[in-house]
Amino acid sequence: MRYLPTVGLEVHVQLKTRSKMFCACPVEFGAEPNAHTCPVCLGLPGALPVMNLEALRMTALSGLLLGCDIAPVCKFDRKNYFYPDMPKNYQISQYDMPLCAGGGVPLHDMAYPKDAQKNITHPDKVVRLVRIHLEEDVAKSFHFETSTGIDFNRAGTPLMEIVSEPEIDSPEEAFAYLTALKQILIHGGVSDADMEKGQLRCDCNVSVRPEGQKEFGAKIEIKNMNSISGVRRALAYEIARQIDACERGEALRQETRRWDDASGQTWLMRTKEYAHDYRYFPDPDLLPVKTDVLVGAVRGRLPELPAARRARYVADYGVSPYDAGVLANDIGLSSYFEAASKDSAKPKSVANWVLNDLLSALGASSGAIEACPVSPESLGKLVAVIERGEISGKQGKEVFAEMFATGKPPQTIIAEKGMKQESDTGAIEALCDQVIEANPKVVADYRAGKVSSINFLKGQVMKLSQGKANPGMVGEVLARKLADL
Amino acid sequence: MELTSLSLSEVREELRAKNVSPLEVLQALEERIARVDPAIRGYVARDFESAAAQAKNADVSLPLGGIPIAIKDVINVLGEPCACASKILRGYRSPYDATVVKKLRAAGAIPYGRTNMDEFAMGSSTENSSISPTYNPWDTSRIPGGSSGGSAAVVAADEAFAALGSDTGGSIRQPAALCGCAGLKPSYGRVSRFGLVAFASSLDQIGPFTKTVRDSALMLNAISGLDTQDSTSLDEPVPDYAATLGQDIKGLRLGMPKEYFVGGIDPRVDETVRAAIRHYESLGAEIVEVSLPHTGHAVGVYYIIATAEASANLARFDGVRYGHRAAGAANLLEQYGKTREEGFGAEVKRRIILGTYVLSSGYYDAYYLRAQKVRTLIRRDFTTAFDKVDAIVCPTSPEPAFKIGERSDDPLRMYLADIFTIAANLAGICGISIPCGFAQADGKALPIGLQLLGKPFDEARLLKLAHAYEQSTPWHKQKPVL
Ligand SMILES: [Zn+2]
Repeated sequence: MRYLPTVGLEVHVQLKTRSKMFCACPVEFGAEPNAHTCPVCLGLPGALPVMNLEALRMTALSGLLLGCDIAPVCKFDRKNYFYPDMPKNYQISQYDMPLCAGGGVPLHDMAYPKDAQKNITHPDKVVRLVRIHLEEDVAKSFHFETSTGIDFNRAGTPLMEIVSEPEIDSPEEAFAYLTALKQILIHGGVSDADMEKGQLRCDCNVSVRPEGQKEFGAKIEIKNMNSISGVRRALAYEIARQIDACERGEALRQETRRWDDASGQTWLMRTKEYAHDYRYFPDPDLLPVKTDVLVGAVRGRLPELPAARRARYVADYGVSPYDAGVLANDIGLSSYFEAASKDSAKPKSVANWVLNDLLSALGASSGAIEACPVSPESLGKLVAVIERGEISGKQGKEVFAEMFATGKPPQTIIAEKGMKQESDTGAIEALCDQVIEANPKVVADYRAGKVSSINFLKGQVMKLSQGKANPGMVGEVLARKLADL
Repeated sequence: MELTSLSLSEVREELRAKNVSPLEVLQALEERIARVDPAIRGYVARDFESAAAQAKNADVSLPLGGIPIAIKDVINVLGEPCACASKILRGYRSPYDATVVKKLRAAGAIPYGRTNMDEFAMGSSTENSSISPTYNPWDTSRIPGGSSGGSAAVVAADEAFAALGSDTGGSIRQPAALCGCAGLKPSYGRVSRFGLVAFASSLDQIGPFTKTVRDSALMLNAISGLDTQDSTSLDEPVPDYAATLGQDIKGLRLGMPKEYFVGGIDPRVDETVRAAIRHYESLGAEIVEVSLPHTGHAVGVYYIIATAEASANLARFDGVRYGHRAAGAANLLEQYGKTREEGFGAEVKRRIILGTYVLSSGYYDAYYLRAQKVRTLIRRDFTTAFDKVDAIVCPTSPEPAFKIGERSDDPLRMYLADIFTIAANLAGICGISIPCGFAQADGKALPIGLQLLGKPFDEARLLKLAHAYEQSTPWHKQKPVL
């Protein structure tokens, strides 16, 4: 029998606001433990939360980018449970009125794992979202030999929870969902979405059912994946485990399992009997706020998303869909490309330089695009010089290597190397002779002491050469010839 | 005349005239406390050295310059203990000032002394303090009311010129009535709650205990206003509450809620309050009967909403970060259980359990949600009544102070002590209790309180009305013999 897996993802995303969700403490990864705390985020008696409106804006922006409906009122609830990493033993979250509802994440070919891009079962699938809500992050526990330490720096960081519909059909689709979602969040400027830093965390709900059966199988939750490929591996393992269990006639129960990346297996954490009653109720410390003004402001500054950008590169610049995807999906790369091709007559050439020479140089030096020694403006100029034929493509490569090594602008390197085209003295001499002959009066002026008249002659030569002659060389040749007359 | 028997306004004049120094005032107060507080037990902590240092630098030209103010043990004062009279916070010291304390300091006042209370403000007698009961200055065999019993008692016993308390269901007005002083509960959102240890966040409000209505106005001037650290504080203008005192009250309409004057009231209270209302009439006020039809549900609604909020608010006391932590727990769950078992008193546990229950899955709609709906109806009752009248007048407490221990085993009867005060918190309106007479019992005079309730943010009119009564009656001048 064939079994169909069904996966739904719950993704937690840390927003990159300057301050925490309900207090003024800075949000900073890697600071000294408990350096960024105050009475509010430590849950001290008497402290009260105050909404960070920037977090509301960022969540509304994420919602708009994902096509969600934004609730007219933003309301917070208390989610009650005891845990040492929860300063108040309740979490301020959103229960029955999430800030965003509906919407979806469009999956694109390049979001899939490389080895799966050739066999995409549902091209252009959009995974629908149930909701996005805003809450505060909890602290982090560190277990030592005989004690546990708690770092409250993370406590109170704004956290978006993005819940998908259970309509992801494979580990590869889950991978594509997370990759595409991450790209959108990064382009929106709402999160750095780095899974290793815990800025993006993912819980999976997965079940299997025999083909033809309508009802979903028992929902099993998997936690503790630290990378997108980890999610793919965990799901592949778990789906296989569940199918195996079904085939052996075992009944699966609703439970929570923990992924262990080292062993490549999931382990039982708890069964449904321990399900919490969170006793949600509206937080009386935070009065509901209307969102219309906030949403209006956000609507006016929606950034261009990777998919739109990719389409534009293909349509306007004639870049291949694949190349356009590589450029558009990486915010660093696409910003670089945008800057480098700003004044370019041939953005496609710029794209080729970025994707080939620049990326391989960066790869070789394992550098990040943000710290690239070649500024986008310099690369743009280099491509322009080559396009105008002032230097050859081969020379261009040499200049680029020098630019990457020294950070100097291309003109300087070209001058230093004396690379300008039309170093052909014979051709320049012929042009000079032609101009001297055609302008006897100007030549006479020069010889009579009006030194500046040489500039007119120089201009005439440049014009005849259609700008290709090396101006320095033209000046030299003219001066010599005039002196020799 | 003893310095400590002066009102806040009077001592302010003495300070401004340089007849006394702030340090002398503080010393006189401390002497008085040392003499009478062993019988009253209104204070749970005092730091004389720190207050003396502040007194030496006090600027008497400020509105409350150089005047010591007692603070209920539920409001944070930097560096001082803040135990909420609970074992679970024994030894805890505040790392910050509540907004009201910052405001008092800005007005030149000196926070001096922590006053006793029912643990976490849960109670109506101050018997639920983990430290000691507080005794009523008029009869030390009786309770001072609660939960702010310490604040009421120290003002009544001339151990403070003024004190801050908190009122969730009557915790300022009821002890003020039973101790014979003025106690003001401002409208919800008038005074910042930042730094007030929360009992029921949607009901809590900080307010003053004073010897006169004018002093209440001066205190309200100092502590009111929008606070960016409390989202529930409102950006309403803060008038000078002392400015309208003494103005004529002729033609103002006072409402007598018919549901409040039906049986169950101690006849001495009923008679005294009716006399006070007649007195208002003689001052030119018009008395109108009004109806608050949902009155009968107020206590029930209150004990659902207040306990629900409290069950979450008090969850943070778990021994993990601060306060009491039980020894010898084998695991985390046991540590939570033992810490809270040892740290909380019976009444607090009762309310946490009740609040947890009403929020539980399957019961939420029947209790919490329904209570919120009825709360809306209660609020509407008042809106309708205030269309007809400028303020409502009624008893503060259905009876004078009862004997210590008399109600300890009957929580339900204890809950009824707040029957006239609870609705104001549910509706978010303002209220004040002022002395209006005495009941005689066992050869002692027991104060009776008159309650005035006003529209949200209508404290100025409420104070004007209270002041008119006070100034034309002798009650506020009477002092307990200590
Ligand atoms: Zn903080």
